[in-house]
Amino acid sequence: MLTQDFTNATATSATEPSLLFPFVLQLADTSLILAHRLSEWCGHGPILEQDLAMANIALDLLGEARSYYQYAAELEGKGRTEDDLAYLRSAVEYRNPLLVEQPNGDFAHTVVRQFLFDNYHYHLLKALKDGPDTHLAGIAEKSFKEAAYHLKWSSEWIIRLGDGTAESWQRLDKAIAALWRFAGELTTPAPAETALQEIGVVPDYATLLPAMQAYAAQVLAEATVPEPTAVFAQQGGKIGRHSEHLGYLLSELQYMQRTYPGMTW
Amino acid sequence: MTQQEWPLWEVFIRSKQGLDHKHVGSLHAADAAMAVQNARDVYTRRLEGVSIWVVESKHIHASNPDDAEAFFDPAADKVYRHPTFYEVPDSIKHM
Repeated sequence: MLTQDFTNATATSATEPSLLFPFVLQLADTSLILAHRLSEWCGHGPILEQDLAMANIALDLLGEARSYYQYAAELEGKGRTEDDLAYLRSAVEYRNPLLVEQPNGDFAHTVVRQFLFDNYHYHLLKALKDGPDTHLAGIAEKSFKEAAYHLKWSSEWIIRLGDGTAESWQRLDKAIAALWRFAGELTTPAPAETALQEIGVVPDYATLLPAMQAYAAQVLAEATVPEPTAVFAQQGGKIGRHSEHLGYLLSELQYMQRTYPGMTW
Repeated sequence: MTQQEWPLWEVFIRSKQGLDHKHVGSLHAADAAMAVQNARDVYTRRLEGVSIWVVESKHIHASNPDDAEAFFDPAADKVYRHPTFYEVPDSIKHM
């Protein structure tokens, strides 16, 4: 049972904007980068119905990213817009965790990446929607319903692949071995998050972990795949140290704005 | 890769509380649970529905178009089957 309490929260919507800005930006970058990765499947999905399912999830995340970017631009108060933040920053300025920038790989890799993210995203939003920052709580409230569906989608695919054929089991097992190391960063607070956790604006991630771990264990058990143990957590994305993949991703994502500055359509 | 195709399912969506489910199209899915989820992703993207039914296409048995004359034409001249030949008493409202 999740018992995050915000009773020590001294903050309301009037949280120091300069403290809140990097965290909101991190949430925005995370949703944007994963949305872009999922959109790469568009037209290449294993079957039409799943092509659409991934595009739907990508659009949900993109919408969420926009809300965060708009709020971040407001918090920063330097006249930058959501587009400036999304399209005109370099890779080292991005604050997304490493997990979401990892390449799609095969369908199993995409599903495992999504499952690790969804499990974290769902539990984070569940806490944030009752948080003291009303703007953030509003975005979380709306996105929580979407995240609940995403988690259902990725959980069911983990189970189907694991409990499917010998080949799908093997591919799932491989994807888990490749991606589980990126899960730890999600719930390891970066300095920007620690500062907000101290004043109760962001939940203590330790309070989210029991529910997340129990859920993951339950899904993997149903999928008949072993859960990796003693995984070294790769991290760095949240402080701007990214894998090489992000640069390639951004060069495609930002191409239009870089080539035709200020273009709209 | 197995070359086996997923079976085809017919999708029925109810647009509002109280209305009936209407056939909206078909899709492929490995089983009923996946079919409902796929239907959600394919057919309710624009707020079309509040309820989904799916049924595997092979379970739908249709009349044969070649039988259309024998099946349906005989009903054409039997207007007395419509309940329109009764005198409705004045005291009955809302008929």
